[in-house]
Amino acid sequence: MSSERAVPREERDGEQDSDPDPVTTGAESVVRALENAGVEYLFGVQGGAIMPVYDALFDSGMTHVTMAHEQGAVHAADAYGIVTGRPGICMATSGPGATNLVTGIADADMDSDPVVALTGQVPTDFVGSDAFQETDTTGVTRPITKENYFASDADSVGDTVGEAFAMAARGRQGPTLVDLPKDVTNGDTDAEPGSAETPPTYEPAETAEPAAVERASEAFADADQPVILAGGGVIKAEASEELRAFATDHEVPVVTTMPGIGAFPENHPLSLEWAGMHGTGYANMALTLTDCLFAVGTRFDDRLTGGVETFAPDAEIIHADIDPAEISKNVEAEYGLVGDAAAVIEQFDAALDESPDTDEWRAQCEEWKREYPLDYYIDEDDPLRPEFVVEAVDAATDDDTVVTTGVGQHQMWASQYWTFTEPRTWVSSHGLGAMGYGVPATIGARLAADEDQSVVCFDGDGSFLMTCQELTVAAREEMDITVFVLNNEYIGMVRQWQDGFFEGRHMASDYNWMPEFDVLAEAFGANGYRIDDYDEVEDTIEAALADDGPSVVDVHIDPQADVFPMVPSGGDNGLFALRGDHL
Amino acid sequence: MSSDEEPPKRGLKGPAPEERARPEGRRNSQGIRIDPDVEAEQLPRRTTITALVSNQPGVLSEVSGLFSRRQFNIESLTVGPTQNPDWSRVTVVVEEPDPNVEQIEKQLDKLVPVIHTRELGDDAVRRELVLVKVSADNPERIHAITEMYDGRTLDAGPRTVTVELTGSERVIDDALDAFRQFDVREIARTGHTALARGETKTSIAPDRVKTDE
Ligand SMILES: Cc1ncc(C[n+]2csc(CCOP(=O)(O)OP(=O)(O)O)c2C)c(N)n1
Ligand SMILES: [Mg+2]
Repeated sequence: MSSERAVPREERDGEQDSDPDPVTTGAESVVRALENAGVEYLFGVQGGAIMPVYDALFDSGMTHVTMAHEQGAVHAADAYGIVTGRPGICMATSGPGATNLVTGIADADMDSDPVVALTGQVPTDFVGSDAFQETDTTGVTRPITKENYFASDADSVGDTVGEAFAMAARGRQGPTLVDLPKDVTNGDTDAEPGSAETPPTYEPAETAEPAAVERASEAFADADQPVILAGGGVIKAEASEELRAFATDHEVPVVTTMPGIGAFPENHPLSLEWAGMHGTGYANMALTLTDCLFAVGTRFDDRLTGGVETFAPDAEIIHADIDPAEISKNVEAEYGLVGDAAAVIEQFDAALDESPDTDEWRAQCEEWKREYPLDYYIDEDDPLRPEFVVEAVDAATDDDTVVTTGVGQHQMWASQYWTFTEPRTWVSSHGLGAMGYGVPATIGARLAADEDQSVVCFDGDGSFLMTCQELTVAAREEMDITVFVLNNEYIGMVRQWQDGFFEGRHMASDYNWMPEFDVLAEAFGANGYRIDDYDEVEDTIEAALADDGPSVVDVHIDPQADVFPMVPSGGDNGLFALRGDHL
Repeated sequence: MSSDEEPPKRGLKGPAPEERARPEGRRNSQGIRIDPDVEAEQLPRRTTITALVSNQPGVLSEVSGLFSRRQFNIESLTVGPTQNPDWSRVTVVVEEPDPNVEQIEKQLDKLVPVIHTRELGDDAVRRELVLVKVSADNPERIHAITEMYDGRTLDAGPRTVTVELTGSERVIDDALDAFRQFDVREIARTGHTALARGETKTSIAPDRVKTDE
């Protein structure tokens, strides 16, 4: 078996060390710390300064997945973190290896995804001399990591890596980074790393202050038009069950944010799906007119709120979050509940003496669902509608299918027209909006998902072209993934904004110079398919999904298709546009 | 709008924006719900925030990076050792409206090496040190003004005199105004440092971070 192949450790023969050899170097201590933390996979690219750590991996039971580009490594680790809830690990050498990680680290930071990045660094004596491939990696990544570390000596490096792992996983999750000078990893030590622990200065609150919960629950019980807003924090805190029980027991409509997709089943009668710039009309109406918003695990991003002046302007806001700095950061909360989402929902439920009376309000929400359906016009003689393709893939796959995306219109269609019912099945780049996320995220999600779970990606032609080289990894590892490129021969979201806000001047947005993606996929060792018409949709999807190994379906969609509803940037959520002439 | 109507060829069906129910209220740009008649924004005020931090490499750059990244207005920032060799004190004077002062405290608290953060009250003891170098054209007057502000002459050469002054921000500002009658060559100010008055503790370290002092 080639050591390149991503074979889970339990499937390897004779490689499992029940009684590992004692640590002799800093690098071995790094590897031991990761093993102790239960790490299964690492995603990375080799290089001079990180070579000692790679060498120590040679005898480890953990599986290293060599990626084509470090950005691929960090996005794969990020998706692994989203799907499993445990930190995904990526590795890179110093200098360009480390700077190639930056986009993915920033993405993880924005979306609070658990990721640990390990970067090689020039030997300590060379630091500061502008040595070959020296970059101030901790300096560069300080504002985009939850915490980062410069390893100081071989004896403590294992514990530092353990702390980085614990910090990524605990409290509000996020990316951490350990910069590893080569003399530290090469240095002699017999220090076995202890268990992964966060430092004593880091102590996230478990439960919210009871008095605050009590006051908030009184406001909620008195509400006439309450809404629950579930953010990504609900999923991160494994609080989806608690949220479902709470919402259904008290019959309160649920809106999610985009990262919160999957926290509440979208086919549930209380679900209004997700709100914000391209959220459903009914979710945006409910958020605009609610008189009491119970928001859990969200940071009120501007893509959700639109202009804050018109965000839920009649509502008292109850904001539950593990991060106290999020309370009243963007939108003032009358009641701030700092704690773990699952614990706070249970506290809130226990404090709530009486459910709010929501009969009329729910009827109103139902009416909005009838008034603003996500129905689209179809004429089979016209170019293919992307919405139809998303629905067809959804229909052809099981409910637990993991969906990943690039960034752009296709991402919005995927999130609007796929019916998500389970947490950790929606994997996307939200806060950073990083094109190129799709293919590498699909690889990370594939290794994180159960074997019988399908993993599909909706990508855009522009996004796909940024990281499609990672298909070589999927081909090498024989990973069963299916990538649907919703190909509009445009960086379509930009084209849509140009039509809406720049008088249709298509400056640098026309992508009709793209390669044939099905042919390109085959060159990478994947299966290639192409769809042009409605009558090919069903069979081609079936065939691509049935293939083992990676498949790419180049789906030629209507280049003029736009994403609606739309709240223009900084606009009023209640005035979402349904058509171009509403903008 | 009936639900069986065909959707339009481009876009979605549904009532147009002007046909929809509208909320009554509004928030200001700080996200605070307001009475529509008094759309007042909160005005900036000057205040001192003190933070106890554990000594780790990079902590000062983390703190200063936070202020630049989040566009908080700082007047001064000082750092120095404390009674415990493992800890330092950071004192920041900011000029921000109330919600931002609260955000600054929370964001500081969020930094892992930060042990405790608080805003100091008006009664806190604050001091700043300033060095002023002036041309030695009129040594007697320079000496008189230095005495008047309880300053000290640190260096008196044939061409320049350098004076040290300490005091509250007001006193320092007044003193510097007085020194402007001379030819001021250079000024160096340390920025504020402060402690809570009397028995009130400036910072409270939780037991779990206490080390042997
Ligand atoms: C790395 C990066 N560069 C640029 C952008 C700006 N941007 C946002 S959406 C978009 C269009 C993406 O095009 P494509 O992947 O084809 O998706 P489509 O909108 O056509 O579905 C662009 C260029 C971005 N989000 N990320
Ligand atoms: Mg496109």
